[in-house]
Amino acid sequence: MDDGRGFPIDNPMDTLPSDLRWPDGEGTIPDWIYTDPRVYALEQERIFMGRHWNFVGLECEVPKPGDYIRSFVGTVPVVVARDKDGAVHVFENRCAHRGVEFCRSYRGNAEQFICPYHNWTYDLEGKLAAVPFRRGVKGKGGMPKGFDMAEHGLRHFKVTTYRGVVFATACQDIESIEDYLGPEVVKQFNTIFDGTEQKLLGIHRNVLPGNWKLYQENLKDPYHATLLHTYLTTFGLFVTSNESNILVDPRGRHGGLMSRRPVGRPDVEQEEQADMQAFRQGMKLNDPRVLDFVREFDSPWSGAALTIWPNMTALRQTNILNTRLIVPRGPNELMMIWAVFGRASDDEAMTRHRLRQNNIFGPSGFLGIEDNEALKFLQDGLRQSMPRVGLALLGDDAETPDTIITERAIRAMYRYYRQVMGL
Amino acid sequence: MAVTAEAVRTTPADRAALREARCAVEEFHYEYAANLERGEIERWPDFFTDDANYRVVARDNADSNLPLGLIYCEGKGMLRDRAYALRHTEMYAPRYLQLMISNTRVLAVDADTITAESSFLLLETLVDEPSRMQLVGKYYDVFQRTGDALLIKDRKCVYDSVVLNNCLVFPV
Repeated sequence: MDDGRGFPIDNPMDTLPSDLRWPDGEGTIPDWIYTDPRVYALEQERIFMGRHWNFVGLECEVPKPGDYIRSFVGTVPVVVARDKDGAVHVFENRCAHRGVEFCRSYRGNAEQFICPYHNWTYDLEGKLAAVPFRRGVKGKGGMPKGFDMAEHGLRHFKVTTYRGVVFATACQDIESIEDYLGPEVVKQFNTIFDGTEQKLLGIHRNVLPGNWKLYQENLKDPYHATLLHTYLTTFGLFVTSNESNILVDPRGRHGGLMSRRPVGRPDVEQEEQADMQAFRQGMKLNDPRVLDFVREFDSPWSGAALTIWPNMTALRQTNILNTRLIVPRGPNELMMIWAVFGRASDDEAMTRHRLRQNNIFGPSGFLGIEDNEALKFLQDGLRQSMPRVGLALLGDDAETPDTIITERAIRAMYRYYRQVMGL
Repeated sequence: MAVTAEAVRTTPADRAALREARCAVEEFHYEYAANLERGEIERWPDFFTDDANYRVVARDNADSNLPLGLIYCEGKGMLRDRAYALRHTEMYAPRYLQLMISNTRVLAVDADTITAESSFLLLETLVDEPSRMQLVGKYYDVFQRTGDALLIKDRKCVYDSVVLNNCLVFPV
């Protein structure tokens, strides 16, 4: 009955053309999954409109009745709005009349949404509330008599809110968000979203000239974290000498990189230092406040970077809390919407501490610059060079989750991806 | 008695004071831009007082009173740490910069400070790519006057280019 695709699609692509065959070997990844428009189209259908929960925003972005934000489910622009009764709705940002993307502001507060072209009016649930000249003028013109307002609302996604996080899906027949995440991911998720009220500090936005999957890979890749990022390694936020845990959910969709920061500087053996060029033994900060760790989590881990399939990452690192929404924009580009938050209970000093510490992340952060640049270089290589396969061979799938030098989580994601995509 | 921009219509003496201050601010901007364009990022903190605040804030966040900074520095130490990282540890593609600063308006002048607004435009050019606009917006500045010299005491860079092209490597 339900094939997991959610909204009906006019010309569903049942299978990919036969020239696209996954090469043999578990750890090999073909270039064309990052560049081919046919793969990209099928991903929209099977993944973002399929039986998955998509992250669309935080409740603290729409705290009051009438508050709304623009957001996205896959490539589809949506509005996330809170109604008069406090319920959150997610509907397509596309007028049911002629298709105008009517909501043009990042955020705001509204009684209703009025399409600027012909003034079709929708309530905060996305239901059609008014059509001007519906009966025509002087008995002439107007909408057909049988026109049913109830059938011409905005296309509405099924919504769930969990611990202040809003998820939407086009699929009516889907497990609860807790079952979707699974108990191990829920445990880490609930440390970031601890059940208390969140306070929005602001939003970063950037486009990145890379395929959307590269960002999921990036946060499933502890190998790069120890090699690319001086701030992670030198100051012990994520480094080979830390006790760490690489979480992969049983279906391969979600994951987490958890690490325990040492007190003081990390004690990295000479042999490991030689491999880690990003590690700067002698580097000292002029303002070490940036790295202060105010204890606030009931967890053995000082940092956790979670990847939630298909379009979310959630991070706590020391006292930084953020989510990232991954918006695909064609095979070769993604948009990233970062929501940075604190707790409603934070005092002025704690808020400023979080703001100072956030220099580490974001699209001008010490890590953010490096990741965004590396992923841009990666897409340049995939897009412009002669085709070949990429390798994700590090580590053994049977190794324990404290193994850092591994690409186990990337392999698990692509096992799931191939099932969903029929590849 | 402080001179403010409202006074510009009233007395010639005040008008002259504002014009002199604008000239000083513009000279400051040109040296500041030239330093960044030369790639001397390690000298960037020298343009600030020890207790300076420096923030780069997206226009939509600023309009909604959301305090998050793309860059958020309290004090010269944080500026020095960013300059050090950009010089010695950060990984990014090489690029040329042109920083245009214009439309300077002095809003207030007193014995110790000048309050001013200016527009900025940062152009970046990467290898094998056409030049592009990377950041456009407004400076909201308070300068500390020390003799003839100015230093930034508070700079808030509010950028209209909210959706950044990949990342902002160098500050404006």
